[in-house]
Formats: sequence, structure tokens, C-alpha cells
Amino acid sequence: MTTMTIAKAINAGLHRTLSEDPKTLLMGEDIGSLGGVYRVTEGLKAEFGADRVVDTPLAESGIIGTAIGLALRGYRPICEIQFDGFVFPGFNQITTQLAKIHARAAGQLTTGVVIRIPYGGGIGSIEHHSESPEALFAHTAGLRIITPSNPHDAYWMTQQAVQCPDPVIIFEPKKRYWLKGEVDTEQPAADPFTAQVLREGQDATLLAYGPLLPVALAAANAAEQDGRSVEVIDLRSLSPIDFDTITESVRKTGRLLIAHEAPTFGGLGGEIAARISERAFYSLHSPVIRIGGFHMPYPVAKVEEQYLPDIDRILEALDRALAY
Amino acid sequence: MSTAHLPRTEAEQLSGNPAQRVEARHQQGAEDASREVLQLLAPDGGRRQNSTFSPFAEALSSAQLRQFYRDMALARRFDQEATALQRQGELAMWVPMVGQEAAQVGSGRASRPEDYLFPTYREHAVAMTRGVNPSQLLGLFRGVSHGGWDPRQNNFHLYTLVLAAQTLHAVGYAMGVQRDRAAGLTESPAVLAYFGDGSSSEGDVHESMVFAASFQAPVVFFCQNNRWAISVPFSVQSRVPLAQRAAGYGFPGLRVDGNDVLAVYAASQWALEHARSGAGPVLIEAETYRLGAHTTADDPSKYRGSDEEEQWRLRDPLLRLETLLRAEGHADDAFFDDLGQEGDQLASDVRREVLAMVNPDLRASFANVYAQQHPLIAEELAWLEEYEAGFVTEGE
Ligand SMILES: Cc1ncc(C[n+]2csc(CCOP(=O)(O)OP(=O)(O)O)c2C)c(N)n1
Repeated sequence: MTTMTIAKAINAGLHRTLSEDPKTLLMGEDIGSLGGVYRVTEGLKAEFGADRVVDTPLAESGIIGTAIGLALRGYRPICEIQFDGFVFPGFNQITTQLAKIHARAAGQLTTGVVIRIPYGGGIGSIEHHSESPEALFAHTAGLRIITPSNPHDAYWMTQQAVQCPDPVIIFEPKKRYWLKGEVDTEQPAADPFTAQVLREGQDATLLAYGPLLPVALAAANAAEQDGRSVEVIDLRSLSPIDFDTITESVRKTGRLLIAHEAPTFGGLGGEIAARISERAFYSLHSPVIRIGGFHMPYPVAKVEEQYLPDIDRILEALDRALAY
Repeated sequence: MSTAHLPRTEAEQLSGNPAQRVEARHQQGAEDASREVLQLLAPDGGRRQNSTFSPFAEALSSAQLRQFYRDMALARRFDQEATALQRQGELAMWVPMVGQEAAQVGSGRASRPEDYLFPTYREHAVAMTRGVNPSQLLGLFRGVSHGGWDPRQNNFHLYTLVLAAQTLHAVGYAMGVQRDRAAGLTESPAVLAYFGDGSSSEGDVHESMVFAASFQAPVVFFCQNNRWAISVPFSVQSRVPLAQRAAGYGFPGLRVDGNDVLAVYAASQWALEHARSGAGPVLIEAETYRLGAHTTADDPSKYRGSDEEEQWRLRDPLLRLETLLRAEGHADDAFFDDLGQEGDQLASDVRREVLAMVNPDLRASFANVYAQQHPLIAEELAWLEEYEAGFVTEGE
């Protein structure tokens, strides 16, 4: 067991991947000498060289598109997109090409490309640096999407993504890059495509992922002071979604709250609400309630705290659920 | 050979205000390039000389020259049959390539089996030179497949319908080849990336050239400038011949007569050799013409004059090579007659194979969405099975 930040855990996971598999390489903007704008790849170029840690031209479509070609030739590219809001020049390659090649080739080709995207707000940044575009990718069949919320998962999920034969997008909660926690480098994390119950409870299930996990846990603690027992689930995988774990929890608690930073409208919360109402309708004591962003471009930093789901908004939703 | 460089001295000599200077340089560059369209086989069937490229064409045996003609003739016959199948409602759509046979056969035949080719959706003749069974090209258009062949079998990738996307895949693949070579894992294959004049405006083409140049990837960009992107003429895509763009990226650009199979073959061999030797990418712009519609869904008479088509018919790549074959005694009437029969046989085989294509079961579409087990796929497939089973029970 060692204690490290999420950023360091991803770095260590990448380090282990590069050491163990000569076919892996990192590609992205400023990831070499600088070590990435968040220093997640710090030191890796010095150790593995510029051929394994490739500073690419400044071109997101180019990064993803050439990674696809490298994967077709048997390589395992791990791409970094510098910020959430800048993935869109590469959106075409991700959704029309990367996601579909395996199906179009009737299974004869696989493109196990990994794409790391720092996402989410709360860092006081300017526009296009705080977004949560995960639903836009989750809607596309052929992609897998995971998001770690703690260093242990970050360390292992990074490596597990590389092992997966399908393309995997890792949304990294950038606000939590400096969150510290224990990492067991001997004991792998659970299957990355499953959800985990982080805290048991009886009165309601609170589902969150990535950057909102600390907020969800704090809200559950606050609710406990009021005598309310909230179960907290870390979704971890946004595609596929582990509906079994959620359903089981909702059967027990009878209520479901879903928190994410992305706008509520058309977000993953709606998908989960619909599926759970199909699967556990008779167990539900209240409608599934979503706590998310508003239908607006991510707001300016000075008001982002009002935009982002926080403890109070989660508790307000809990009150509403319990009032049914 | 590189048509793209404006000699520095001339540029420096240009005077006047900056705008005029730019315009003058622009025109000068275009003129230089247009003077240098590589041609080894003229429309009249006579050979032309070029010190760099003629040796490639002169090394061709009679059998190889006949092979080129055979490739072009069979591809044309196949294309006509596919058009007929579409007209008869057997294909949802067809993308004809009549007129572009020389560009496709010349480049396809210049490639080696270990090279990997990334086509667009119109490279039927290239596919045939790579040994892909032509019927397999039709599964996509009949609606029974998104692909239709195993790309690894002939190192010929699947067709790509999103314009220019494959140019990046080609460069990435070439970067992989480079790594394999460095690790001593492979000989020296090259990668060939096809795209059209319209696609040259897509950002992916730009990004692919930047990546290829930055990493000196062993890739040859092969643009078939067939003058039209559906209804939009080339002048809307570029003010200068595309081959000139290569200079801006820092690699050679060749402009060839795309209806001259010898020139295309020579330029492609030169370029592939350049890439294989580790000297980096090359861009070839093959000037050709799509004689038919963009697809069977459009009507060229709405956007271009028949006189233009007539002009290009005079430069037909097949007639040109036929003249040479006859004049130099490589082939006689018997050869052409036999080939006509072979073409009819091919067409009837293709027709039979297409009509025999079995519609897949939707269940099969669940199979390869992911390589690894995925619960949503399993859930939705189970739902479908149950739903359909319900109909069976009700019917009984
Ligand atoms: C990204 C994208 N935009 C638009 C289209 C629709 N489209 C299909 S072919 C075509 C014209 C392409 O012209 P060009 O690249 O010159 O190739 P050609 O078809 O002439 O061989 C267009 C606009 C497409 N397939 N992909």
C-alpha cells in the first residue's frame, strides 16, 4: 500500500503499462518533456524515450486517427486529449471510425485504442476547460467509457483499459487529480466495467461518478446526521453501465438519486432513471431524481460553484425523494 | 520531379507590391506544375520520355503491359455490371469508377503484396489488382455488409465512407510499420492512402500530411483528382494543383496524367520506393476524370456539360493502352476478343454471386459491436430473442 494522488496513480499505471508491454505508446499534446499540462505523464518520456511518449502535432483528429492506424498494425496507443472541450476536433474519428471498425470488419479487426480525457469543472478555469461530454460518447455503440474516482481505481483502471480489446475512453476527473488515497499495487481493482457500493445505506441510493464522489460521500455523511441512511454507489463505468448493481441497491432502498456534473437534459442520469424504472418499478417509492448541470454552456468560473451539484443540492433532492 | 517548388531565385526576382507578388508567384507556381504533368503514354498511344520515370515503364514486359490492360478492361466490365445491377434494384447504390481505371490499376499494380492500402469507396479496380474478389465489393452496396472482405487477407482495407478519415489511419499504420522496422520485425512495406480532390479540403487530409511529414512515415498519398466532388468542381477545392501542397508539408509532390497507366505506375513505384527506403511520404495527384455519375443517385447533366465529358472520352485510358499494345506488337485481335469473353464471364459470375448473397440475421449485428462481452448487448439481444419467439408461438 502506498499513498498517492490520482494524477500520480495514473502516471504509475502508465509507467507499469509502458514497462510491461513494448507495443504500448503514449500520444498527445505536450505530454513529453512537459509531462502534460496536468503533469500526468511527467517523467515518462525521460524514461521511455520520445518514441514511446510521443509529442504529436497539435491535431486531435490526427491523434485519434493515427492511433487507429497504429492499432490496426498491432500497437496499443494511449492518447491524451488535453482538455474535455477540445475533444471535438477528434469526435469524428472517435465516433465514426474508432467505435465502428470492429463491427464493420465483422470482428476481423480490433482497435484497442485508449483515450484519456481530463474532464469536469470546479477548477476556476475559462471556457472549454470544464466540461463533461461523456454522454455524447456513451451514446455511441462500440466505445467503452470509464471514470475513476480514487487513486486505487485510477492506477488499475488505466492498466485495465489497455488490456481491453475494445476502444476505451477514460474520463479523468481533473478537479480530483490531487486527491490522495491508498493504492495497492498488488491487488487489482474490481472489473472496471462494474459499479461499486462505497457506502451502505437503507433509505435511498445515491449514484455518482468521477469528480462528484467526494461530494456524494459528504452528502451521505451529512444526511446521516439527520438520521437518514444513504447508500452511495460509484458508477465507475459509463458504458457499459452496471445496472445490476444499481437495481439491487434500489430494490433495497426504494429511492434513487443520480448526480453528475454534465447537464441533466440528455445526460446519463436520464438513461439510468429510465432503465431503473423498468427494472425496479415496484421497488421505487419515489421518482428517480437527477442532480446535474443546467442546460447552458458551462458557465464562467465565478459562478461555477452555483452550477455544480453540491452537498446542498443533493440533500434537497433527498428531501424531495423522501417526501413521496 | 517535384513540381511543387517555386525556384527561389525567381520568387526573389519578383517585385511590386506584396499582393501582386503573391498573385504572380501563385500563377507562376501553377504554370510550373501544369507544365510538368508526368505523361509517358500520350492520348495518341505514343510513348513520352522522362529521364526519371521512363525507366520504370520501359522495364515492363509485354505480359505486364497486357496485364494492365486486362485489369482495366475487367474492372470496367465489372463496374458496368454493378451499375446494371443497381438499375435493376439489386444494389442500393453504386459508385462507378469508369474513366479512372489507369489511376487505379497503375497505382495498385505498383504496390507489393506486403504494402497496405487504404481505399475510399471508389477503388474497385485497385481492389481487383489486390486480389479481392469483385463480388465482395458489392456486399456493402447490396446492404448485406458494412465491409465484405477480410482486410488482412490482401492488405486492402475496408472502404471508408467518411471522407478523408482513412488518410489518418494510413499514416498511423505507416507509423506502426516504421516501429516494426526499427524492431527488426518486418521488411519495408509502404502504405498507400487514397482520397479524392473534394476530400483534399477535409481537415483530416491536412492533419494526415502533417503527421506523415513530422514522423517521416512511409506513406504515399494518392489523390485521384477526377475533377468533381459530386457536383462541385475542383476549382472550389483548390486554386492550385494539389501536388503543390506537398511542398508546404515538406515532401515531394508528383502530378501525373491519371489516364496514363504507365505514368501512374512509374510515379507510384517511385513514390512507394521512396517511402520504403525511409525517405518519408510522397503525394501523387493523378489527374483523371469520372466519366459517369458520382453515384447512381446523381445526374451529371445537372452540373456539367456533355462537351467536357466528350473531351475526356478522347483521353480514355483503355484506348490509349490498346493503341500502344497493338503498335508495339504486345497484343493482337485474339487477345482483345478473349478478354471480351473473359469480361462477360466475370460479369455473369458477379451477378450470380450477388444474387446469391444471403441477407444476414439482425442477431449477427450484435456479435461484433464489442470484442469483449458487454452486458447491454447481451440484454438487448435476449430481449430481441424473446420478442421474436413470441411471434413464433402466436403463429403456431
Ligand atoms: C465527411 C463527409 N462529408 C460528406 C460526404 C458526402 N460525400 C460523399 S462523396 C462526396 C464527394 C467526394 O468527392 P471526392 O473526394 O473528390 O471523391 P470522388 O467521390 O470524386 O471520388 C461527398 C460530399 C461524406 N461521405 N463524408
